[in-house]
Amino acid sequence: MLENFSFRTIVEYLPLFGHGFLATLWLSIVSFAGALAVGIILCAMNLQRSRLSQIPAKMYIDAIRATPLLAQLYFLYFGLPRLGIVLPELVVGILALSLNSGAYIAEIIRAGILSISRGQVEAGVASGMTYTQRMRLVVLPQAFRVTIPPLLGQAIVLVKDSALLSLISVSELTRAGQLLASDRFMPAEGFITTAACYLLLYYGLKGLAALSGRWLGVRPVGSRT
Amino acid sequence: MIWQQFQSLIGSYPLALRGLGMTVMLSLISLVLGTLLGFGLGILRTGGNQLISRLIGAWVDLIRGTPFLVQIFLIFFILPEIGIELDAFTAGIIALSNLAACFICEIVAAGIRAVPTGQVEAALASGLSRWQRMRRVVLPQAMRISLPPLVGQYVLLIKDSSVVSAIGLTDLTQVGWLVVQRVPNGLLVFAIVGIGYFAVCYPLILLARRLERRMGAAHGEVQL
Repeated sequence: MLENFSFRTIVEYLPLFGHGFLATLWLSIVSFAGALAVGIILCAMNLQRSRLSQIPAKMYIDAIRATPLLAQLYFLYFGLPRLGIVLPELVVGILALSLNSGAYIAEIIRAGILSISRGQVEAGVASGMTYTQRMRLVVLPQAFRVTIPPLLGQAIVLVKDSALLSLISVSELTRAGQLLASDRFMPAEGFITTAACYLLLYYGLKGLAALSGRWLGVRPVGSRT
Repeated sequence: MIWQQFQSLIGSYPLALRGLGMTVMLSLISLVLGTLLGFGLGILRTGGNQLISRLIGAWVDLIRGTPFLVQIFLIFFILPEIGIELDAFTAGIIALSNLAACFICEIVAAGIRAVPTGQVEAALASGLSRWQRMRRVVLPQAMRISLPPLVGQYVLLIKDSSVVSAIGLTDLTQVGWLVVQRVPNGLLVFAIVGIGYFAVCYPLILLARRLERRMGAAHGEVQL
């Protein structure tokens, strides 16, 4: 039974978990920024009229969505050295998370832009606005409003997905739990502490999503969290 | 060089088939268990009892708020400590079914909540019992709303099953990991692994999209 659950060991390992917590936090932030960049580029390619730019974007998004992140991570981890590109595990991990989340973010942004009614765009045309003006002054400000909550939902997914980086030995939260579990044979202490740290991040982001929904007057995060 | 690698890859096809079989089996079993459990939880979640509803909500939040990898480790390493011996396969099934049940619970609950109260009141006025109301009036309508996200959830489940390789089950991802130790060509090996998952997941993604479009059309919405 768990009657010998050792809080003392957890306190002893607290610096390790603090380090892991911060590592997860900042590598998630960096990956999310990367994912936003990838998502915006993919979405822009997808919204062009020309098939030449649409098809590669669509293929990329489908390929990412139909394969697991872990396989994508291993693809980069074992594949990049093959191309003569040797990167630290942390960089490979951030790259994989950005490329993966980017595909989902592209769809979120696209849904946001398409949710703006046709009449708005037509009104922009009728007022003599150019394409850039219509995008910048009419479509994007409104699309921004509806995309913030699902983007925060994607951020939650990304934070949880970052746990997989422990499998290529990046030192983050889950890795900290694994270390405690294997050093002291205390899996309960290790993984319950890890889970508690993730819950902290989850409730923080969830609160932020609810708050942003209230500010922006849209409903909170969708089902994909 | 490449040719030799190809040959040795072709040589390991029994392993690859075993991995694909394991992935499909894990996903199928947890899909069935998770769906049954998820529907039950979803119905209880929207049922009258506040306490039960809160408890389910709290459990769903716990599962949604932690990485699946951590959940697997917790189940695989901690259940034996409290006296429940289990092998990696059972641990994988428990973790995946629980994960699926939690997400499906929320999908079903959202579907049930979307059924107009007038429908339930009409059923009540017609003298249908609680069970009849659920089965004949609410669930059929809730299903229409829940079906597209449900299929989407199955895709996520299949992809999440790759994480069980972390506790040593030889699923498709683990096979890739094993093969890449012998054939040092990560690009080729994991591209093939990816194709395996793609072949299973992509048809489901297309199905989800089709269902979504059809539901959209049924509700008279205009696709832009």
